[in-house]
Amino acid sequence: MGREVTSPTSNRLAPLRLVLCGSVDDGKSTLIGRMLYDSNQVFADQLGKVEADSRRWGTQGENIDLALLLDGLQDEREQGITIDVAYRSLETPRRRFIVADVPGHEQYTRNMATGASTAQVAIILVNARRGILPQTARHTRIAAMFGVRHVVLAVNKMDLVDWDQATFEALEEEYRELTDDVGVPEVVAMPVSGLTGDNLTRRSDNMPWYDGPTLLEHLETVQVTDPGDDAPFRMPVQYVNRPHSEFRGYCGRVASGTVKPGQRIRVVPGSSESPVKSVLVGRGEVERAGRGDSVTLTFSTEIDVTRGDVIADAEDAPAVSDQFRASILWMGEQPLVAGRLYLLKMHTREVTAKVTSIRHSVEVRTGERLAAKQLELNEIGVVNLATSRPVPFAPFEENGKLGGFILVDRGNNRTVAAGTISYALMRAANVTWQQFDISREVRAQLKRQDARCLWFTGLSASGKSTVANLLERRLYIEGRHTYLLDGDNVRHGLNADLGFTEIDRTENIRRVAEVARLMVDAGLIVIVSFISPFRADREMARGLFEPGEFLEVFIDASAEECARRDPKGLYAKALRGEIKNFTGISSPYERPEEPEIHLSTEELSPEDCVEELLRKLN
Amino acid sequence: MRDDRVLAALEDEAIEIIREGVAAASRPVMLYSIGKDSSVLLRLAQRAFWPAPLPMPLLHVDTTWKFREMIQFRDRTAAEDGIKLIVHTNQEGVQAGVTPFTHSSSRYTEVMKTEALRQALDAGGYDMIFIGARRDEEKSRAKERIFSFRNAAHQWEPRAQRPELWNLYNTRLGAGESLRVAPMSNWTEADIWRYIAAREIPIVSLYHAAERPVVEREGQLIMVDDDRMPLNPGEAPESRLVRFRTLGCYPLTAAVESTATTLDAIIAETLAADGSEREGRLIDHDDEASMEKKKRDGYF
Repeated sequence: MGREVTSPTSNRLAPLRLVLCGSVDDGKSTLIGRMLYDSNQVFADQLGKVEADSRRWGTQGENIDLALLLDGLQDEREQGITIDVAYRSLETPRRRFIVADVPGHEQYTRNMATGASTAQVAIILVNARRGILPQTARHTRIAAMFGVRHVVLAVNKMDLVDWDQATFEALEEEYRELTDDVGVPEVVAMPVSGLTGDNLTRRSDNMPWYDGPTLLEHLETVQVTDPGDDAPFRMPVQYVNRPHSEFRGYCGRVASGTVKPGQRIRVVPGSSESPVKSVLVGRGEVERAGRGDSVTLTFSTEIDVTRGDVIADAEDAPAVSDQFRASILWMGEQPLVAGRLYLLKMHTREVTAKVTSIRHSVEVRTGERLAAKQLELNEIGVVNLATSRPVPFAPFEENGKLGGFILVDRGNNRTVAAGTISYALMRAANVTWQQFDISREVRAQLKRQDARCLWFTGLSASGKSTVANLLERRLYIEGRHTYLLDGDNVRHGLNADLGFTEIDRTENIRRVAEVARLMVDAGLIVIVSFISPFRADREMARGLFEPGEFLEVFIDASAEECARRDPKGLYAKALRGEIKNFTGISSPYERPEEPEIHLSTEELSPEDCVEELLRKLN
Repeated sequence: MRDDRVLAALEDEAIEIIREGVAAASRPVMLYSIGKDSSVLLRLAQRAFWPAPLPMPLLHVDTTWKFREMIQFRDRTAAEDGIKLIVHTNQEGVQAGVTPFTHSSSRYTEVMKTEALRQALDAGGYDMIFIGARRDEEKSRAKERIFSFRNAAHQWEPRAQRPELWNLYNTRLGAGESLRVAPMSNWTEADIWRYIAAREIPIVSLYHAAERPVVEREGQLIMVDDDRMPLNPGEAPESRLVRFRTLGCYPLTAAVESTATTLDAIIAETLAADGSEREGRLIDHDDEASMEKKKRDGYF
């Protein structure tokens, strides 16, 4: 475990994570610069650079502009504003701090949310001369939405209002009224000056009427709570570690609760249970691990666990759902429109998801609900969310690590939203399913077959249609009831309105998958022959079926071979640039990772492929 | 060590980040500079995957001007079980005779480090590149994400950074794009030293004070590590008790006078220092915002 070294007293507490919210007018960078400077955290060469920068960019005349210690990017120095979140470490003899310094302007709300999401305490800066601004309330609401439970209202620039007590008290009252409904458990207000340092690291002689702690004293002693402090044991699985057949460990960071050897756990989704065999921290076995520990668990029984599962206390496992009510902050340049598919990441699980409806947007300053058809950049809304596969979760208020998520645009891979789960919607309450007496099993029985969806994926000219056609003929001869959905044919009718952009392709697949599902429900053996280049789309399709019903069939031929075959002359056109977004040439094909059936048409004849398929089907 | 709650929290966070990056990667790699931060990163990654071996190779961009002790240390490390090391040198630069003595430090860095790194990354097709960078090193790094997106030309676009919320890292990449992953983003120089002490992590002995041959140039102490270093008229190496706070190419890395021969002494000296560690890096002084510019060009 290493030798014991003397740790500083400050290291007896875990680092306290702060977010500092305010704009350049509130004196935010000056305040944090002053705290760094007064607690001797600035090196001489850094100070030398800041002195040079002050002469060039500074706003303090001949005086050193301490804000320049923080404003790191060239663009910002030229504009004199702070555009991106900057992280700083501060160490005092009593505590270690990690400070996220975030921009104030509304257009950078997403950066504000980024900083707030990892913070335990928010310092909300107000300029004493300018008073409470719309952004003061906005910052408070965003901080609260992303899990901050402790707020310090720092009324700054008290030097500009002659250190006046009445001004301070009026601002504090106005703030408390405005944010009364936000539900932050602790708000502490204090009068300070970043320029002179009053009440930052030393008591102010100018404000003898204030008898509270300095900002630093308060931060050094504040006891913080986080959403999830009292939650039972949960650990999202990050990584399955299987170096050899003797060892199978599940790696992750404990999100809440504690875990011990012998404890009975359940793997969610699912109902597999096992006692914990060992808890490893690094190379050593430990007696118990708790919240925040990065661990590797081994089990006494062999059970199936993959990344994205949650290991939980067997007595008290988390709920699983695919329908949610959630609050989201929209961060995309294009507005959010209900119905589009995104990638959702919650703890370590990634699934396809869509916003099924926007309930209302939230006026960020007042909390007022507004009717909304879409959400623009930096808007907050309450939405219904559906995922392609079930996700273990907890309401964000109960467990921040299991209730926060991001949405990623699958076209450009940008992070377009961050959200928090409020609760799961009962499927029945959300979409009512008509119950009929004749079930899919009964329908399939009448046809003396098991209904299946055979999903053929592969490049254009890989042989999908040829093999599909031959397979259907064989099944017909055997007296099976089948249907063949072919990409080209469906595009003439059902999907005639769709083009070839990534969004349209996704919608194309979604419609076909839904049609295939209905046909399987009718008891048919459905052969779907679609290029379906994106893994997420195929996974979305799979998610519509019962386990075992959906068979992914990879019709495999290299792009070179397909271009050589080129029966429709499409590759030649694509290579000449006449077809945009052509899979294999100008648009990617994501190979199936674990298809149920993998057929290489470079090695097998179409007839051999069909024999192989029939073997798997029977 | 786990009683030190700051080090424990930093260790847990770093391991979480490393596992997350490897789980999402097709071809992960760890940039290995032989310095103290690389040494810590390597040991953190080994802890993250124990008892499995490190699931990625180390990549060292060798400018051919590293301290000899560094290369010896690197080769000893690479000989350990389960460690695979890739060494890459920009041969075109060597053939063109680019050295720190014949070219400006910025040109030399561009050719032998930045270009060399791009060559090595392209050759390996790496998508997840682990680095030992820390946010306290320098101002532009304080604003960089833990998973920092690079386009297919390896460039950093500071205005197009992905929002990074909670511990939910967006690891989606298009063809040729990559992420630079900095698991020790929230560590400070003092944390690195305390962790090295607590976990008994082997480091290059150049970090410890010893008598070494140096010349003084423009107020900086440069160690004469081999006979490739041209001496100015009247200049003679003298033996002084020095150590290095940061390690790079010997002609571009200044030593500091120090009597710190133990880790405890180094920690004490780090906390009392009035200069930042990058002060000893001659390339950082070239111009305003020099690091940011280098990063936009693909330097790590």
